Amino acid sequence: MSLSPIAEVTGRGVVVAGDDIDTDRIIPARYMRCITFDGLGEYLFRDVRQTPEGKGTNHPIDDPQYKGATILVSGMNFGCGSSREHAPQAIARAGFKAVIAGGFAEIFFGNSTTLGLPCATATRKDLTALMSLIQKNPTTLVKIDVAKLQVTAGPLSFPVSLKASAQQGLLSGRYDAIADLLANLPKVKELADKIPSATTS
Amino acid sequence: MGKTLFQKVWDRHAVGILPDGSTQLFVGTHLIHEVTSPQAFGMLRDLGLKVAFPSRTYATVDHIVPTDQRTEPFSDSLADAMIKELRKNCSDFGVTFFDIPSGKQGIVHIVGPEQGITQPGTTIACGDSHTSTHGAFGAVAFGIGTSQVRDVLATQTMALSPLKVRKIEIRGKLGPGVYAKDVILHIIRTLGVNGGTGYAYEYCGSTIEGLSLEERMTICNMSIEGGARAGYVNPDEKTFEYLRGRPYCPKGKEWDVAVAEWKKVVSDADAVYDDVKIFEASEIRPTVTWGINPGQGIFIDEAIPSPEQLPEADRASAKEALEFMKFKAGEKLAGQKIQVAFFGSCTNARISDFLEASKFLKGRKVAPGIRAIAVPGSQGVSKICAEMGIDKIFREAGFDWREAGCSMCLGMNPDQLVGDEICASSSNRNFKGRQGSPTGRTLLMSPVMVVAAAVTGQVSDARLVFAKS
Repeated sequence: MSLSPIAEVTGRGVVVAGDDIDTDRIIPARYMRCITFDGLGEYLFRDVRQTPEGKGTNHPIDDPQYKGATILVSGMNFGCGSSREHAPQAIARAGFKAVIAGGFAEIFFGNSTTLGLPCATATRKDLTALMSLIQKNPTTLVKIDVAKLQVTAGPLSFPVSLKASAQQGLLSGRYDAIADLLANLPKVKELADKIPSATTS
Repeated sequence: MGKTLFQKVWDRHAVGILPDGSTQLFVGTHLIHEVTSPQAFGMLRDLGLKVAFPSRTYATVDHIVPTDQRTEPFSDSLADAMIKELRKNCSDFGVTFFDIPSGKQGIVHIVGPEQGITQPGTTIACGDSHTSTHGAFGAVAFGIGTSQVRDVLATQTMALSPLKVRKIEIRGKLGPGVYAKDVILHIIRTLGVNGGTGYAYEYCGSTIEGLSLEERMTICNMSIEGGARAGYVNPDEKTFEYLRGRPYCPKGKEWDVAVAEWKKVVSDADAVYDDVKIFEASEIRPTVTWGINPGQGIFIDEAIPSPEQLPEADRASAKEALEFMKFKAGEKLAGQKIQVAFFGSCTNARISDFLEASKFLKGRKVAPGIRAIAVPGSQGVSKICAEMGIDKIFREAGFDWREAGCSMCLGMNPDQLVGDEICASSSNRNFKGRQGSPTGRTLLMSPVMVVAAAVTGQVSDARLVFAKS
């Protein structure tokens, strides 16, 4: 389970405007009828990208100007709602490498970090400037420096925040905790003996 | 300096600190369902790992099960593949599965407490954000993602950073027709849908003490809608009474030992909180949502706010909500026609929900043209409702009485809204598209308010509809 450290993400951005974009919006529940995460990228923001009749809505994700964008930019409280990992899986499988938003719901943030999808929080003011820059000039390269917690894009440069453990995990390639958790199994077994479990006997 | 229940339980379950600075936390009880677990088992197989403590994981099937007819194979082949996969995973890895034929199947957050698996002072995790429900018993319960489900299966632990604790004290007696659902909708409306980010909510005060365990579950259930990953109530005599004699609870002498331990986890009187908020029960009235997030709610006798009236940060979302819902600022929700009434979900599909609503529904009829469905939270709830004749009251009123599952709360099974139907719903989320139709409109409210809407065909103040004439 050795993972490459993620010290920076650079790419073009796409703006999915709005606050409180929930995980049902990111991937509607009826597309979670599956037993693997394969192909979930196709259903990213499905209900806002297509009309119920299946016609395109000119959603930014489908706008040719933003084709190949790898950084998703959105508003406050991104990823609220359900704990479905299908949401960050859909984002990552649609080709995104990072998300910049005004804030993240906690479970979404943790799920994303585990997948190596950094979620950087910017102030409303910086976010607004970044959004208008991307919309004016879709080819602008956006760089997230995970170590310095700084975003640069064209003339813009502003600080972002990231939970310390997530930053540490990304920089050290330990963002997926499984190896570290497994390493402590003997200690876990000792503790387990002291913790009662529900039983019918 | 005293400790909160959260801190005591956290400390007791902490294995150690991981290299990234987070805590490796032991999970006393792990619950799984068919939607968020198959990929986790897949990852275990890929890594060649076993389930470390199979007796600490319990499975049921809830999200995708049809609620009308249960003959297998299900007509939806994807749903059918999911239940079969869960059966195989539980059998391969030695996990107890409350499958449909067991008579114990149901929504995972209703089954856990019903079976007595949910116990005070424990840590509980489940790949479902409404895991906060179990906090009603004084457990510290977290919704987790699928990679974490894998972590818990493989190690019975997960990496997590401690939460801050906000004490939410609610004082006094709720007025007639005001329920636990109204309390939590009011809290979310007041503190915001992201107000709880980084916090566990400790619900306390005389109002909470006066509530039954089932009502406390309704409140803890929706902690996540307020942004709080966990919510809990300190265990008390009511908690122990609810649990006594349940299948998975300790028996005989062991019961007394367990209760003595459970009493120790209660927050100390001098515990220090990161934040405190106080609410007066007398100020809470029946609450209904008008928008596209659970914080966009109003009292039934209030008008829908205009975006300009709201704090600047909430305006854009309010405009988007009005447009989607096709409502106008200044309108009242009372009188708004509905097409569907949904009575169910992990928020409000327990025995007391059906019992309370049945008192008002008895002898009344669902208004013509309204599609009304009642979905018990578990086979156990269903059985008791049948014994008490509650199902009959619902059926005679014109409700479609279904088998247990999540159903139209999230529309993963065939129970879905059609087009832009308006649904009076006892569930927990009013997000765009939540109930299965991209343009469907959800109004969250208490179960009794759902019944009032069903019989009048429009959003109504249940206190007036059911006033003793």
